[in-house]
Amino acid sequence: MGEKISILIVDDEESVRDSLYNWFIDDGYIVECAENAKKALTMLEARNFDIILSDFKMPGMDGMEFHRRVKTFVKEPIFIIMTAFASVDSAVQALKNGAFDYITKPFDPDDLSHLIRNAAMQVALKNENENLKIKISTLVDVEDLIGESEALKKVLKEVESVAQSNSSVIITGESGTGKELIARAIHSNSPRKFFPMISVHCGALSESLLESELFGHEKGAFTGASFNRKGRFEMADGGTIFLDEIATISPKMQVELLRVLESKTFVRVGGNKEISSDFRVICATNRELKSMVEKGTFREDLFYRLNVVNIKVPPLRERVEDIPLLANYFIKKYCASMSRDLISIEPAALQHLEKLEFPGNVRELENMIERAIVIGSGKVIKLKDLPMGKEAISSSIESLDELKKKHIGMILNKYNWNISRAAKALNIDRATLYAKIKKFDLKVEK
Amino acid sequence: MDIIMADIRKEFQFPVLFKECSIDLSNFYDPGRRQYNANELLGKVAELSSPNALKTIGLFKVDLFIPILTYIFGQAFLNGNTGIVSLYRLRNEHYGLEKDEKLQLERFKKVIIHELGHSFGLTHCHNPVCIMRSSTYVEDIDQKDHHFCHTCKSLLDEKRRELIGSNKHKRL
Repeated sequence: MGEKISILIVDDEESVRDSLYNWFIDDGYIVECAENAKKALTMLEARNFDIILSDFKMPGMDGMEFHRRVKTFVKEPIFIIMTAFASVDSAVQALKNGAFDYITKPFDPDDLSHLIRNAAMQVALKNENENLKIKISTLVDVEDLIGESEALKKVLKEVESVAQSNSSVIITGESGTGKELIARAIHSNSPRKFFPMISVHCGALSESLLESELFGHEKGAFTGASFNRKGRFEMADGGTIFLDEIATISPKMQVELLRVLESKTFVRVGGNKEISSDFRVICATNRELKSMVEKGTFREDLFYRLNVVNIKVPPLRERVEDIPLLANYFIKKYCASMSRDLISIEPAALQHLEKLEFPGNVRELENMIERAIVIGSGKVIKLKDLPMGKEAISSSIESLDELKKKHIGMILNKYNWNISRAAKALNIDRATLYAKIKKFDLKVEK
Repeated sequence: MDIIMADIRKEFQFPVLFKECSIDLSNFYDPGRRQYNANELLGKVAELSSPNALKTIGLFKVDLFIPILTYIFGQAFLNGNTGIVSLYRLRNEHYGLEKDEKLQLERFKKVIIHELGHSFGLTHCHNPVCIMRSSTYVEDIDQKDHHFCHTCKSLLDEKRRELIGSNKHKRL
């Protein structure tokens, strides 16, 4: 057993308090006594007790009233009534009101021993249950959402504050920033976490397919509909529905969606029975919905229905300080999935990553690391394992000379500084290549 | 009693003295329960204990109770100087079984060592054979050994070292 179990004995008879005190102290419990319910309540305001053993008949407040008041405490202790034979009926009433057990005076030592052992077991189970619940929610918190940057911390704070509510949320951000992960974090920290989160990628489905996907269909609704099928809204009952790429849905689907969001009821395609479902909506888009509303391509009423809370996920270039953490996280992830020994990344390669623009954001970084692990053979990811060509496209190089320098450097590295082969690849002669090396001060990488 | 005393001496490493006293038990009798009040008897034992004794255990043949429990085999205060033990409920005859004097004395010895353990500051132990394991039935007493487990022994040794410094001349 971990922490010691605490017991509060409440009885107006001193001899009873003393006897029980000594009995429980011998058993190694933390024990305190109170001569009446009023004093016990004062003690309970100051500290928590795991178990209360209270006499039933006491001057002033009786055990029943004391129990009623104890039940209002946030951390409700296990309540055991001690009674004389004459008041067993009242003790039974106390049990009906939620007391753990009752014991008649005088106790058989074995009965008392068993009773307290059972109560202590109940306390241990209760504590274990609470700890596991905390563990479950914190596990979901940390997984996959990697970063220490202020930008990410701000987003996580928004997630925390919005999670407990039932409001619709729009998550905006560039492609690959982790909008679905943010949606999952909201769901996992919400009271709906024990129900499913259903994701729908609206952009990947045609209008008719999306309709059937969201609302389900009845057998024979269309060619190939051989069975009844539950829609995503139905599957999300009690949980959350995540509509990715919401900006891509057609005007007709926008009307349908608005109706469902307002009534929380819908009819399956080809059906006539109204189905209701209790779901929360989280949407994501990489487009500016507001400007789409202004242009008339997205319904204003739907926009306001969805846009109760807006969370903007920053692009990776706005949280460069998270790149090393993310890189190491993906290294661990892919080494584990490929059953390889854990490798590291050399500082030069990391510096190189920090300079990139990453138009594809975290997803692009993840792919880059996965590729580097696959093509690299050593225990360290080196600069040469990273796609240099990508850098030319995504970096902020503006001058032609700078571009030339990078490109020549990349080709030289590719051919291990074999001048003849590099010159041939660049379609220039060796002398020109030497001149360029000198001009751009290119050096062999160690 | 000699065997019991020898075993107590062995467990606690203190000299043990046995002394017979006469007490008028009628003052401690509760006619309603037809038992003897252990709390009050414990007070009497404290009165009669010698100033040279480190710990004193009163041994009785009568049925003991404390107000909240139907019976007790014995009791001693944690870190206290006195305790009491009764032979009454340790007899096989009490449970309708055949008399077994040897077993009765073995139980008596175990309860005395257990209560003395409390007086040395030891609480109940979860080790099934340790003498400090809580026993509410005689069968429980029979299950355990009359020795301390390793953990309780270490705690007892620590306590002994503390006591030896200040009570060199005393005995149990």
